[in-house]
Amino acid sequence: MKAAKKKKGRDFGVDNLSGYLLIGPWLVGFFLFTLYPLFSSLYYSFTSYDLLTSPKWVGVQNYINVFADARFYQSMKVTFIYALVHVPLKLLFALGIALLFNMKHRGIGIYRTLYYVPSIVGGSIAVSVMWVQLFASKGPFNNLLAKIGIDISRNWIGDPDTSLMMIIILAVWQFGSPMLIFLAGLKQIPVSYYEAAEIDGANVFQRFIKITVPSLSPVIFFNLLMQIIGAFMAFTQCYIVSNGTGGPSDTTLFYALYIYLQGLKYHKMGFGCALAWIMVIIIALITLLIFKTSDTWVFYESDD
Amino acid sequence: MMKSMKTRKRVGAIVYHSFVILLGCVMLYPIVWLILSSFKPGDQIFLNAANLIPDTFVLENYRTGWAGFGGLTFATFFKNSLVVTILTVIGEVSTSTVVAYGFARVRFKWKGFWFACMIVTMLLPTQVLMIPQYIMFQKFGWLNSFLPLVVPAFAARPFFIFLIMQFIKGIPKSLDESAFIDGSSKIGTFFHIIVPLCIPSIITSAIFSFYWKWDDFMGPLLYLQTPKLYTVSLALKSFSDPSAGTNWGSLFAMLVASLIPSFVIFICFQKYIVEGIATTGMKN
Repeated sequence: MKAAKKKKGRDFGVDNLSGYLLIGPWLVGFFLFTLYPLFSSLYYSFTSYDLLTSPKWVGVQNYINVFADARFYQSMKVTFIYALVHVPLKLLFALGIALLFNMKHRGIGIYRTLYYVPSIVGGSIAVSVMWVQLFASKGPFNNLLAKIGIDISRNWIGDPDTSLMMIIILAVWQFGSPMLIFLAGLKQIPVSYYEAAEIDGANVFQRFIKITVPSLSPVIFFNLLMQIIGAFMAFTQCYIVSNGTGGPSDTTLFYALYIYLQGLKYHKMGFGCALAWIMVIIIALITLLIFKTSDTWVFYESDD
Repeated sequence: MMKSMKTRKRVGAIVYHSFVILLGCVMLYPIVWLILSSFKPGDQIFLNAANLIPDTFVLENYRTGWAGFGGLTFATFFKNSLVVTILTVIGEVSTSTVVAYGFARVRFKWKGFWFACMIVTMLLPTQVLMIPQYIMFQKFGWLNSFLPLVVPAFAARPFFIFLIMQFIKGIPKSLDESAFIDGSSKIGTFFHIIVPLCIPSIITSAIFSFYWKWDDFMGPLLYLQTPKLYTVSLALKSFSDPSAGTNWGSLFAMLVASLIPSFVIFICFQKYIVEGIATTGMKN
């Protein structure tokens, strides 16, 4: 026994050369494509830089400008509304459908596949372009409404009151991935839990709250984190829907789009980098918050 | 008693299926509308737009759409997209597998630290790096080429490293040990034991890599300036430009065409997609 362990220690012992050679591709990329840009953007955020002339140090001026900028607050507002509305809606929808598909009925495999289709194509340009037309004044949505007697030829995406809502619906529509994750989670809950609860006289609702939700909480936690961070990455949809402007009246000015506009459209690299670093700090805070609070509501199975 | 139970069950099933099918129809309506509209004559798409079935079924849109714009056909854009996507898939999957092997099976100094760094970068949105990377690639002289889209792919992708690593950890260590005792080197073990056993996770990674690159819009938007280099996503944006007096028929046809690769992959590899998503969400 001891000999075997020793042998293992030798054969699979510390091997710095192999280790670093193997992780080399990632390590090089980490320094070149992540760390260097990350810290160079920290430097640029303290400069005035338009790409043509060399950067000029301006101290915290960019940050002062950002915090005095109405569009910054607007983009923050849009991003947070998007995150706070679409993430819970999407997760609720995903959980509801997962519960539905966890029942014993025929044809569930086909249903699951069909319900996943929007998530397969949803990130594409094609679907974003299509979405604009779907809710255009002469589009099928208004046409359907007209057929049931509601005649409003509203341009849902061109109207500041509803434009963000349309992007939220587009995001919720792609609930496929959390649905599959919830479904896998549901399958891991031992049937005996439910049987025991049933014997104790717990009704469907009680069983859901006391067994299903706690068992799924690690999965909910993971999804919550990923989806909220995802909200800060939203770019393609708002770019297409607003034709790259964040309009109408900045109602779809997502944070990532605003960084793009400042940096690559108006060539205010310093201002853009300051925006990016504020985003890094916000994401770090949200991540920390979710991790800190998770102990109170995430139950990991003890034997795992 | 038995009979009423049976009818109740049947009623339940009918309610269940009607509900699921109805909701499914609502969900799939936009996609079906897009596909069927591409076969309507261009000027009829927005006449009674909600109608799904074309009055006259035409293929004309696909011909006019494929002709593209500015003297470039969609053959050019599809070729560009395929080149960028395939190179990215090869780069990300091959390097991620190697790195995953390193993290999963080799002990080296500072491993825990580097692993933590990798996990943190998984949470860092690439949008944060948009401006500094742009400046860097400009200094490299890489603007208006595929290089900024393809080269970073050869530096592995943390998400795939993590995915494949989880898989490698499920392979019994005794398998590599016996290969090792038989005189196989670490590289030999990697190619003969690890890679063949990891194929499912490699396929899952390749599928996601393909989807993300095929749909990528921000990268091409930032780095590709001449239409000759446009990928399909960027070409579709130009094609749908509201100021250009869009021909709806051609546009819809090309939108559908751009989705075909995604559909084909979904149909062929559904199992890997479903299992891949399920496992990434479960293991945290």
